[in-house]
Amino acid sequence: METLEPLLSEHPFLKGLDPKHLQLITGCASNVRFDAGQIIFREGEEADQFYIIRNGKVALQIYTPGRGSIIIDTLTEGDILGWSWLIPPYQWRFDAVAGELTRAIALDGKCLRNKCESDHDLGYELLKRFASIVDSRLESTRLRLLDMYDSNP
Amino acid sequence: MTAILEKSTKEIIPSQEMIPEYFRITKTQKDTHDTFTIELEPPKNGFNFTPGQFNMLYMFGVGEVPISISGDPSDRNKLTHTIRAVGSVTRTMQKLKKGDFVGIRGPFGTHWPAEESIGNDIVIVAGGIGLAPLRPSIYHILSNREKYGKVVLLYGTRTPNDILYRKELEQWRARFDLEVLITVDRAASDWKGNVGVVTTLIPRSHFDPFNTVAMVCGPEIMMRFSVQDLLKCGVAVNNIYVSMERNMKCGIGFCGHCQCGSTFICKDGPVYPYNNVKDIFIKREI
Ligand SMILES: Cc1cc2nc3c(=O)[nH]c(=O)nc-3n(C[C@H](O)[C@H](O)[C@H](O)COP(=O)(O)OP(=O)(O)OC[C@H]3O[C@@H](n4cnc5c(N)ncnc54)[C@H](O)[C@@H]3O)c2cc1C
Ligand code: FES
Repeated sequence: METLEPLLSEHPFLKGLDPKHLQLITGCASNVRFDAGQIIFREGEEADQFYIIRNGKVALQIYTPGRGSIIIDTLTEGDILGWSWLIPPYQWRFDAVAGELTRAIALDGKCLRNKCESDHDLGYELLKRFASIVDSRLESTRLRLLDMYDSNP
Repeated sequence: MTAILEKSTKEIIPSQEMIPEYFRITKTQKDTHDTFTIELEPPKNGFNFTPGQFNMLYMFGVGEVPISISGDPSDRNKLTHTIRAVGSVTRTMQKLKKGDFVGIRGPFGTHWPAEESIGNDIVIVAGGIGLAPLRPSIYHILSNREKYGKVVLLYGTRTPNDILYRKELEQWRARFDLEVLITVDRAASDWKGNVGVVTTLIPRSHFDPFNTVAMVCGPEIMMRFSVQDLLKCGVAVNNIYVSMERNMKCGIGFCGHCQCGSTFICKDGPVYPYNNVKDIFIKREI
């Protein structure tokens, strides 16, 4: 049977990972697909997975009474969706909705969390990689808060 | 005495460049809630410019502002400017109608390296009104399409309602020989496109970074971060060009208003190789 290991090992997010850790991660991985408009997760629900998007588009949204849902980010091919599985209280902070037919690899966060607890090297590696994603999303959010297109030509 | 005065004035004031010429407006168009485009009838012998250059636009009795030329450089019979209404002069300009006159001095300044980039992939990164000064370059590249490798246009703006040249972008997006990616800072859930800053589009687009010339125009913060991300993905620092927009008065290197260190943006710019202005980018309070 074809495993997801080659696919995962080539992904920039997991590149260079110790083969034994990669094998562990592959054991928590499965292929998923979402139709356009399908809700992947909702704010407040338990965050027990994360996703590596293979193709398609996912909108991260937040619901505001009176204004409806506002898209705050979109993720596409190659992006990582979700880090709430790694950080207590393990609850999604936003809604994620497939903007079009989306294929992804789902990784079981609960299973990985347990493995990280018992193998701190794996935990440290994953934390480092997720920290750099959180960093770039934070930078992008701050830039948007500056409302930069309005202040200058 | 008069003769001496005349002589010295002539020496100091560089000829016709200080005197605006009247141009008649042939068309006005509202692009977004705060941005509009005017088309002007050029003189009989046409109007020549190179993509990236700007004119000084004079509203008599109100003031004069530098505005880049946003039209097709191969169409000498039409002079086009896209303007965002932000202050006293540009807000007055917003009220202009077909048949009104505008004073024009120009064209001034340096240009995008379209000719020099033949054979390369091209990445155009535009933020907000920054798409206007890049549009002539896009026209030029598209009408000489076979001379370039991959051509990518990345455009970021505030909301879907702030998207400039919407129809044209749709037409460009439909072409197979041009990759167009658009992103907005925020949107309602009916928006099907990307949300996020323009830099997030850089790793998503397809070009050969080692053979790419990048042209970047927008607010300075947006240019700063775009350049960092272009460098990160492998574009050579010498192949990145930016357009600087600072205070201007004379437009011809005479008054010193646009001076940043040793450079005068009106004549040495507005388009610079990034390497030449990277120190200005990080210098505060110039
Ligand atoms: C080389 C060059 C090319 C340019 N090309 C274009 C162009 O193609 N289209 C275009 O619309 N503009 C362009 N600009 C910017 C344009 O010149 C200014 O927006 C204009 O001078 C503002 O004049 P004003 O009298 O209307 O505003 P002012 O009364 O001078 O300014 C009013 C207020 O708005 C702020 N402000 C000034 N400019 C902007 C802005 N663009 N956005 C937000 N706030 C601003 C000022 O800080 C001030 O507080 C260019 C500038 C340069 C130097
Ligand atoms: S605007 Fe006067 S020197 Fe540049």
